Amino acid sequence: MVNLDPRHQPQPPGQPLYARHEPVCPRPVNGPFRRLKWVIMVVTLAIYYITPWLRWNRGPWSPHQAVLIDLAHRRFYMFAIEIWPQEFYFVAGLLIMAGIGLFLITSMVGRAWCGYACPQTVWTDLFQHIDRLVDGDRNAQLRLRAAPWAPDKIARRLGKWSIYLVIAFVTGGAWDLYFADAPTLTHDFWTGHAAPVAYITTAVLTFTTFALGGFMREQVCIYMCPWPRIQSAMLDEKSLTVTYKAWRGEPRGSVKSSATSGVPPGDCIDCGMCAAVCPTGIDIREGPHIGCITCALCVDACDSVMAKLERPRGLIDYATLEDSAREMAGEAATSHRKLIWHPRTLVYFALWSTIGMVMLFALGTRHHLALSVAEDRNPPYMRLADGELRNGFTVKLRNMEDRPRRVVLALQGLPGAAMWSDDMARSAATCTLTRNLAADQTAPLRIYVVAPRQTPPQPFALTATALDAEGGSATYQTRFAAPETP
Amino acid sequence: MADTHIDDATGVETVGHEWDGIEELNNPLPRWWVLLFLACIVFSVGYVIVYPAIPMRHSATRGIAGWTSRGQLTAELRAANAGRAPIMAALTTTPIEAIPANPQLLHEAIAGGRAAFLVNCVPCHGSGAAGSPPGTFGGYPNLNDDDWLWGGTLTNIETTITHGVRFPGDDQTRMNQMPSFGRDGILTAAQVSDVVSHVRSLSGLEPASPASARGAAIFANNCAVCHGPQGRGNRQFGAPNLSDAIWLYGSSREAVTDTVTNAHAGVMPAWGGRLSPATIRMLAVYVHSLGGGEGFTVPSATAAPAKPTKPDVIAARDVPVVGAGSHGKP
Repeated sequence: MVNLDPRHQPQPPGQPLYARHEPVCPRPVNGPFRRLKWVIMVVTLAIYYITPWLRWNRGPWSPHQAVLIDLAHRRFYMFAIEIWPQEFYFVAGLLIMAGIGLFLITSMVGRAWCGYACPQTVWTDLFQHIDRLVDGDRNAQLRLRAAPWAPDKIARRLGKWSIYLVIAFVTGGAWDLYFADAPTLTHDFWTGHAAPVAYITTAVLTFTTFALGGFMREQVCIYMCPWPRIQSAMLDEKSLTVTYKAWRGEPRGSVKSSATSGVPPGDCIDCGMCAAVCPTGIDIREGPHIGCITCALCVDACDSVMAKLERPRGLIDYATLEDSAREMAGEAATSHRKLIWHPRTLVYFALWSTIGMVMLFALGTRHHLALSVAEDRNPPYMRLADGELRNGFTVKLRNMEDRPRRVVLALQGLPGAAMWSDDMARSAATCTLTRNLAADQTAPLRIYVVAPRQTPPQPFALTATALDAEGGSATYQTRFAAPETP
Repeated sequence: MADTHIDDATGVETVGHEWDGIEELNNPLPRWWVLLFLACIVFSVGYVIVYPAIPMRHSATRGIAGWTSRGQLTAELRAANAGRAPIMAALTTTPIEAIPANPQLLHEAIAGGRAAFLVNCVPCHGSGAAGSPPGTFGGYPNLNDDDWLWGGTLTNIETTITHGVRFPGDDQTRMNQMPSFGRDGILTAAQVSDVVSHVRSLSGLEPASPASARGAAIFANNCAVCHGPQGRGNRQFGAPNLSDAIWLYGSSREAVTDTVTNAHAGVMPAWGGRLSPATIRMLAVYVHSLGGGEGFTVPSATAAPAKPTKPDVIAARDVPVVGAGSHGKP
């Protein structure tokens, strides 16, 4: 039905190229891969729904939500880590790691992301269970779809869509909770005091979950998602894909028919179970397919049939192209360890782990005190009444600790210079300024630096040092502007 | 072209055009597109009724909602002014000397003063408040330095801005007039030259010489009454300090000779009638903050940090930070 291989879709002239979408009603299946999918579904959904409700004590100055993307205050909290906008490279690094991680997983075990962990797969799986709960098994679903719109069908459809809607709403609402204090936002949401953007985001994500999970399902994977295209470019003869071992299965046919025809029968009895359980509605026996998300439910289905027939399992199984050729020639398959660790995966893993280690190192050694200095350009320097030269600077002191700190700002490498701030008189100018910084805030500070009248233009530095037990300091190199000929 | 031609492959009528054997199918517009188009037409009817739409002789039709772009601007300006009202009221009622004691008010006044300065003062004093260098169009004082003709405290600056300098029509304007010693024949050219030598020697621009010694006597008789016996100036009369490094009209021999011969009398408008008292106060605070302000009363370097906020309420973190006399996120 959704087979895009032109060989399987002979087009007589005059036939439209557009095929109407036929909903997929997969049969339930049991087996080790199905159990793995259950576990991953429960874990991923639990992470998604529960994470915003975890608390993390950061003291009196910062929010207590463990994972919080605080856009209003430009902070990203993740357990013990707090990221400021200036440190966005950590987030960029995380995204790069996620990208390379996908490459790594793909080169190791094929489309495992698509088959098990992708949100579209997880929610589609969830919604297909709802279908079974409300409408019954595959046959009942197909019957109901063909049935006219009688009261029973209307009631079932409304009931099912209501459950879809509840799940979609919870999903859309949970997204918002990552961006604000979860209990407060939930309270505000239901009392009508939340920001309009909270309602809009919830509505949009409710709609997308309802539409993509409830109705579009495998079409998202096949038509909308770019990832299968990228992945198909990344697959090679060493990649694991779900493979129907045609050399073992063919000629397919029921036990009875093969007995009458006299041809030595293959292992495939053409029961169609592999196609019936497929969540994307393909027939794996037609060969590699862009619609195959390698969820391996057909492996479970075929294995259970083979078990009943007392034939060896694995007529449909994860296999690489290399191994397929080898098995066809009657040789033994490559070991699993060798399958997973080949040069390409090692390169990806080295890249991935290097970026991770660099980020961890940067995270562990970063300073929680920073300063940036902008020099005045209009006017660049100023001669005072006593002939001395003055420069103006706008200093930003960033205290990234979750507590107030006392910080001393000092001039370095400018002989005879002193400074004062715009709320002081020049008579109070010294080489150092001490300021109390509020917790987790940036404090702008306007300073004037004065140097003797003969001072030539030259670089110098401003240093901020914390006056507490932990200490720590930050330095900013800047320039003292002066006339070239004093 | 008149007779219809049906395309074999698709069964759709063609439009009859042909380019090198390529024909165009006359497919109907997609249904959703047509529906959207019709919906737009329905919408436009309602829009024309509700909003100004049809151009008439003098203006467009009014629309039953009564909306105008000018009305929207007025409403937005009113909302902006309402938002600033508490700060402006506080600035109007707080005496200017008391503003530095309130860090938040000080911060707002400096920010507001900067904006008002860019609108009103930049044409003469420059966008960096650095005045203009001595020359033909010189004579606009630099407001960043610490040399003040009429005083550099907040009150002094507020008075200068309110009443202007030598501004006709304001009784309390800052007023003085240096005689044109050379042009009016009070001093001869030789005497002017001697005085110039003396004046330049006061700030070390020239070494002491017989000419400067002669000039000192002339200075004592003619200039010291305003500029003081040591040439340190007198702010009561707005007489500049001649012994410092700041020269409004230039420090070269020619420039000082020109000043003594012809005198200068710069004019600044009185802003009292044009700007509100609160705006003038913000301007004064801003100018005072440019690094040369005098008469600081509040030592703010040891201000207390902000009070802790409630742990669970993120929004409450927007309280002003007193630490560095300002607040804000990066």
